[in-house]
Amino acid sequence: MSPAMSLTAIGLVVAATIGIGLFGLRISRTTSDFYVASRAVTPRWNASAISGEYLSAASFLGVAGLVLVNGADMLWFSVGYTVGYLMLLVLIAAPLRRSGAYTLPDFAETRFESAPVRKICSCLVFGIGTLYLLPQLRGAGLALQTVTGAPTEVGAAVVAIIVVINVAAGGMRSITFVQAFQYWLKLTALATPIFVILIAWRSGDHPVGVLESLQGAGAEWAEPLSRAGGRDHPVYATYSLLLALCFGTMGLPHVLVRFYTNPDGRAARRTTVVVLALLGVFYLFPPVYAVLGRSFAPDLIGAGADTVVLELPGRIFPGTAGDLLGALVAAGAFAAFLSTSSGLTVAIAGVIDQDLLRNRLHRLTGGDYLAVNSFRIAALLAVAVPYLAFNLTGALSLADTVGLAFAVAASTFCPLLVLGIWWRKMSTVGAAAGLIVGGVAAITAVLVNVIGPPQGGWPKALIGQPAAWTMPLAFITVIVVSKLTPHKIPRGTARSMVRLHTPEAVDVDRGLSPLT
Amino acid sequence: MFARRRKHFGTSADKATYATLHTASLATPSLREGLTPAAAGKASKHLRDLLGTAAIAICDSSGVLAWDGVGGPYESNHRRDAKAIAAPTLRSGRTAVLGANDVACGDPQCPIRTAVVAPIVTEDRVVAVLVAYSPRSSAALVRATEEVARWVSGQVELAELNKERTRAMEAELRALRAQISPHFIYNALAAIASFVRTDPERARDLLLEFADFSRYALRRGGEFTTLSDELRNVERYLVLEQARFGERLKVSLLIAPEVLSVAIPFLVVQPLVENAVRHGLDGTSGIGRITIRAQDRGLEAEISVEDDGAGSDPEVIRAALAGESSGDSVGLGNVDARLRQVYGDVYGLVVETAPDAGTKVSFRVPKYSSGVHASA
Repeated sequence: MSPAMSLTAIGLVVAATIGIGLFGLRISRTTSDFYVASRAVTPRWNASAISGEYLSAASFLGVAGLVLVNGADMLWFSVGYTVGYLMLLVLIAAPLRRSGAYTLPDFAETRFESAPVRKICSCLVFGIGTLYLLPQLRGAGLALQTVTGAPTEVGAAVVAIIVVINVAAGGMRSITFVQAFQYWLKLTALATPIFVILIAWRSGDHPVGVLESLQGAGAEWAEPLSRAGGRDHPVYATYSLLLALCFGTMGLPHVLVRFYTNPDGRAARRTTVVVLALLGVFYLFPPVYAVLGRSFAPDLIGAGADTVVLELPGRIFPGTAGDLLGALVAAGAFAAFLSTSSGLTVAIAGVIDQDLLRNRLHRLTGGDYLAVNSFRIAALLAVAVPYLAFNLTGALSLADTVGLAFAVAASTFCPLLVLGIWWRKMSTVGAAAGLIVGGVAAITAVLVNVIGPPQGGWPKALIGQPAAWTMPLAFITVIVVSKLTPHKIPRGTARSMVRLHTPEAVDVDRGLSPLT
Repeated sequence: MFARRRKHFGTSADKATYATLHTASLATPSLREGLTPAAAGKASKHLRDLLGTAAIAICDSSGVLAWDGVGGPYESNHRRDAKAIAAPTLRSGRTAVLGANDVACGDPQCPIRTAVVAPIVTEDRVVAVLVAYSPRSSAALVRATEEVARWVSGQVELAELNKERTRAMEAELRALRAQISPHFIYNALAAIASFVRTDPERARDLLLEFADFSRYALRRGGEFTTLSDELRNVERYLVLEQARFGERLKVSLLIAPEVLSVAIPFLVVQPLVENAVRHGLDGTSGIGRITIRAQDRGLEAEISVEDDGAGSDPEVIRAALAGESSGDSVGLGNVDARLRQVYGDVYGLVVETAPDAGTKVSFRVPKYSSGVHASA
């Protein structure tokens, strides 16, 4: 791999991203071309943007690494990352859009009319965001290390600084076109080397050993539930992982923010269907890298597994072709860190700014501050905390850390959203209790994982993949506590339900006058 | 010192006073909701604590609103008679003391033998009565019942005032909403008339635009709309203005598509554009440029309307926003007042202007604000 070429490619991606963000591909027209207002973001564009923001370092690098080491069971990561949107589509997409909420705390407020529940949600958004940013930084560090040999801390710091500057300066706030561009860039970067390899094979340059590597010792690797890579209780781990991924997507802070761009509930559903298709295509490729990695880069199995996507093109095609493909993949990986980190940072910083920082700043300065500065401080916090955490924590694999972020989301926001949207008898106390119990359980598991996971057996499985017990725990808590506190059911529940579930075209009284 | 203070807190008369005040304060929140059966029901428990009687009832002309105290067959017997007992006081507004002849049921075990009926009066009207049932009546009980009824009257009156205030605010909002300027209607129709002979097809299109514009501006219901609908209406408005000004009016729109679905109060952008057209073009014969921007600012959307016209003295604008002058910028004061009323004082209009430097009017709206939902 040629460092110069890769660095150039990465530089181009960064420049393009910041450039498009700053100078804007906003709709800009004169009155000779009327009705710009009707040109809302179409579901296709929005779906590309959602996918672009969603496909993180864990998807781009981590999935291939996990499959490389642990075998067929890890294919569920690809499936789960995608199926999360199916759950979102079926359970909450349209009602959530109709609620008018922009962030998860907004939803909590509009549904439960409770300031404490809102505050708990804000803290959880911060927690989940931090957990999700952590692997992005690690991925960036790994990518730069692979390209230049610099220590991972440096790469992480570079991405952290770029993201803070980008977000705080106002670029790439949440511009749909930038994120949509990122999706296609990532797909191209990931798919092109595979197609080049396939074409090279067709022309007779057939490599040996790909299929052979799946025989003998490799047979266990290709076998589902085979405990390859030393993972115990594969059945439990698989189901738990699937639960986390299926139900965690809806609780990710940067996903909901994008649904707001849809004009109505129906568009929200259409968008989700397109997202499913786009993600489905993308996730075809990481496992291919893993299979090829078994034969071309077996030395990476172990510590360097997360770099397999970056290393592979250079291993298969020595020389310029490999350098070019390597540069393309590195650029794609960087696009992945940048888009996900920026999207997340914007979403988290917004919540920190609004719910945790602005009032305090107001009190401290006596109102003598700029709202923009409050947001900038929030953006700095949103990146600085995960960066510190990154330097303090040990080396969990990328996709595993992301899996834990999903587990926390599935144990907190999933019950809040699903029951909040579909169950009229959910009480405010129930909502708060569910968030706290699910959050504490899942976050404890995460901390144990980070500090020092138990060695082997059921404890390791339960702590490593906590969703299978933390998520039901949260659901049960919400239901039991709500049943015990029926007088705490929000008074506006009937009205909220009408608003959430009636299509916009139907003329019913869903209005809340601002004065009542 | 500390001990003395504690002792001071502890005299029995003081304790009684505190207990009474505390009980009264418990009843306050429900009474502030007005005399509904639910609110009266919640309050009656505390009111009976205050009086210490066997039972109390709150009745209005339609019957018993709330009952608290002895239950079972006694309750049903006396509930039935309560309306009759309450009727004279509801009519006269005078406290009545009723003896066993009027009140007692046949059962010798029943603790209810007498009743004191005191009126609950708001604005010189008897709206309900408080009935205190007890085994014996005494002058003290009569006095206490009257006082409690008077206190309840005060609370109910406050509830009425609260409702009045809400109604007044709603009326203000209604008065503030949607003003299309008569000048615009006149000018638009005159411009359309000028095309009727020369270009009937265009005149027809313009009339249809005008019809759509007025339907939107004069619609009823919903205080809120989406930015997308509001901008569409601004475009209709601009089509009509361009019919009048032709090439002299140049407009550009810079709209971030992400904010099109934000809910905003209805007709807040159009008056700003109208203002810009007037300031940008009136008084000059040159070209006026207007730029309308809607930008995504994270949790908020920022909307601005800018013209390159003559600008004005900031003091004039300040007066217009404060509602002191009814001169040039009627629309601005109105929009400013509505934005502040909906989102709070932080979200008013921001006007940047100086003589000969054009004018930029901008405002921010939060993407989510509780109670703000666009309706079609």
